[in-house]
Amino acid sequence: MSNLKGIAASAGIAIARAFVLEHPDYSVSRKDVSDVQAELAKLDDALAKSQAELEDIKARTLQELGEKKAEIFESHLLILNDPELIDPVKEKITSESVNAEYALNETASQFIQMFENMKSAYLQERAADMRDVTKRVLKHLLGLNYVNPSEISEEVVVVAEDLTPSDTAQLNRKYVKGFTTNIGGRTSHSAIMARSLEIPAVVGTKNVLSSVQSGDLIIVDGLEGDVIINPSEQTVAEYRAKQEAYAKQVEEWRKLRTEPTISRDGVHVELAANIGTPNDVAGVLDNGGEGVGLYRTEFLYMGRDKLPSEEVQYVAYKTVLEKMEGKPVVVRTLDIGGDKELPYLDLPKEMNPFLGFRAVRLCLERQDIFRTQLRALLRASVHGNLRIMFPMIATLGEFREAKALLEEEKAKLAAEGIPVSEEIQLGIMVEIPSTAVLADQFAKEVDFFSIGTNDLIQYTMAADRMNERVSYLYQPYNPAILRLVKMVIDAAHREGRWVGMCGEMAGDSTAIPILLGLGLDEFSMSATSILPARSQIRRLSQAEMKDLAARALEMSTAEDVVALVDSISASAE
Amino acid sequence: MNTMQKTFRIIDEDGIHARPATALVNTANKFKDTESFAEANGKKVTLKSILGVLSLGLEQGDTLTLITEGGNDGDALAALQEVMINEGLGELHE
Repeated sequence: MSNLKGIAASAGIAIARAFVLEHPDYSVSRKDVSDVQAELAKLDDALAKSQAELEDIKARTLQELGEKKAEIFESHLLILNDPELIDPVKEKITSESVNAEYALNETASQFIQMFENMKSAYLQERAADMRDVTKRVLKHLLGLNYVNPSEISEEVVVVAEDLTPSDTAQLNRKYVKGFTTNIGGRTSHSAIMARSLEIPAVVGTKNVLSSVQSGDLIIVDGLEGDVIINPSEQTVAEYRAKQEAYAKQVEEWRKLRTEPTISRDGVHVELAANIGTPNDVAGVLDNGGEGVGLYRTEFLYMGRDKLPSEEVQYVAYKTVLEKMEGKPVVVRTLDIGGDKELPYLDLPKEMNPFLGFRAVRLCLERQDIFRTQLRALLRASVHGNLRIMFPMIATLGEFREAKALLEEEKAKLAAEGIPVSEEIQLGIMVEIPSTAVLADQFAKEVDFFSIGTNDLIQYTMAADRMNERVSYLYQPYNPAILRLVKMVIDAAHREGRWVGMCGEMAGDSTAIPILLGLGLDEFSMSATSILPARSQIRRLSQAEMKDLAARALEMSTAEDVVALVDSISASAE
Repeated sequence: MNTMQKTFRIIDEDGIHARPATALVNTANKFKDTESFAEANGKKVTLKSILGVLSLGLEQGDTLTLITEGGNDGDALAALQEVMINEGLGELHE
């Protein structure tokens, strides 16, 4: 038995066999073979195994994800049976007396090269399909014991160095009970994804990958940030009990699904959710969300080989608005750059991507991209309660320019006779200190603010949030951050505007009492945090939290603030 | 041997991509006794190979000739034409 400590990234407890996600070695070398017939039989055997696997995956995908997603495996099956591929491989084995893996690799490389040299970006991408099929057959030829994460068919805890967006997209929720990684923090992609999938996760363990082998029993405690490898029976029993207690707690929270979020002294605040795709809306409603406080539209632009058309975007926005049935939906316009890249935009590498050409800065220059998104949003606006928000606004000039483009697109649509809602609220993210400091001026021109704490903290503390070595500077409770938040809220309220918060901090149980006391109107968080937050707020009095917030603002360090909040919660219990 | 053929202009903005190519190959494979070919940009490939079809590198505006030989060549060509039209791939080239 061994224990590791990491960062609790997604609540819950998972107990299952480990599945180590790694990328196997497919390298092959040329060997002479004496028995050509045996080599041909080996190839046929590998092809048959690959075929059976693909048919299985295709059937499963069809059942779980639908026809569209299954089509890719249909093409893989055709490639696997393609005479233009298989005949030359057999010919090579026979005429040159070489091993099957070498013959396959050589022949497949020619096709991969052919695709890569094609003019169309779409066909260039087909090289990836060819590689996938080749790897599948090679895996059987080389006798590698590797399972692609999308093909997991038993309950597991996934263990990896890190999980990329494409890794996580492939994970099957039915079987993946939890995951744990070497690197990452609460705001890294893998953590955000775990919360949206409602899978327990512990990230940033530094060395779980080297401590575990596939098949080991592993416990992931996403409540405390603990990972236990090969636990004793007694430990397993303890964690089963903890798992049950947590499930009971979740049941208690669920009773609050249709209840309003009202403090003990009768003040209503709105609890909304952060989403990335229309599929996430089901989780928002299931967790009793009163709105969408942040719809991250960049996922529409990621994982594809060209910009999404106006129509593709319109359908996505309309779907979200309709499913939310008139509840407010705050859509953030494209926030790309920084840690989120789009290969097909071909943007030059930057020394400081978080301080560079990203989000609204990119949109104001690439107006073709921005106008398409604005048109799609305006067209969708008639299907629900749309609010539009621009990210990374640093100056009023940027806001005015972006707003002017929106007005131009609105006028064009009117001229085309296409209806647009008259009720769209227009706001900005407050994530750059200059904007927080000048909030009184912004408040005269915007309908609302949404404070993006992840970036506001990194820009205020001058600490790259992707850099582990300065992660101690990610201090949401630092009085400097709290004072900025207060400035924004006070400035907005003076002009009769509302203020939301859509960073991790909004769902944090230590921050919530202070934010309630500062007068925050809307809290937007991972859907799974909504019910615990509602439960907490219903036990708090806003009048008392005002005093707490006032005292927190006078503290000198983040640690002092945490101690203050802890003392209040301790005395309340 | 009987030969039939029809020419299409590609109208899909992505050219011929994997999904419709799969449909074309699957359709050609249904007619065991009929040879089917695709000819474009001076290159002729068997329609029973998806790699062959994709290797034509067809793009929007290109013309593509589908050829069927022997067996049920008439039915085969009609079925292939249906795929071309239904998938929004191409239109008959006059």
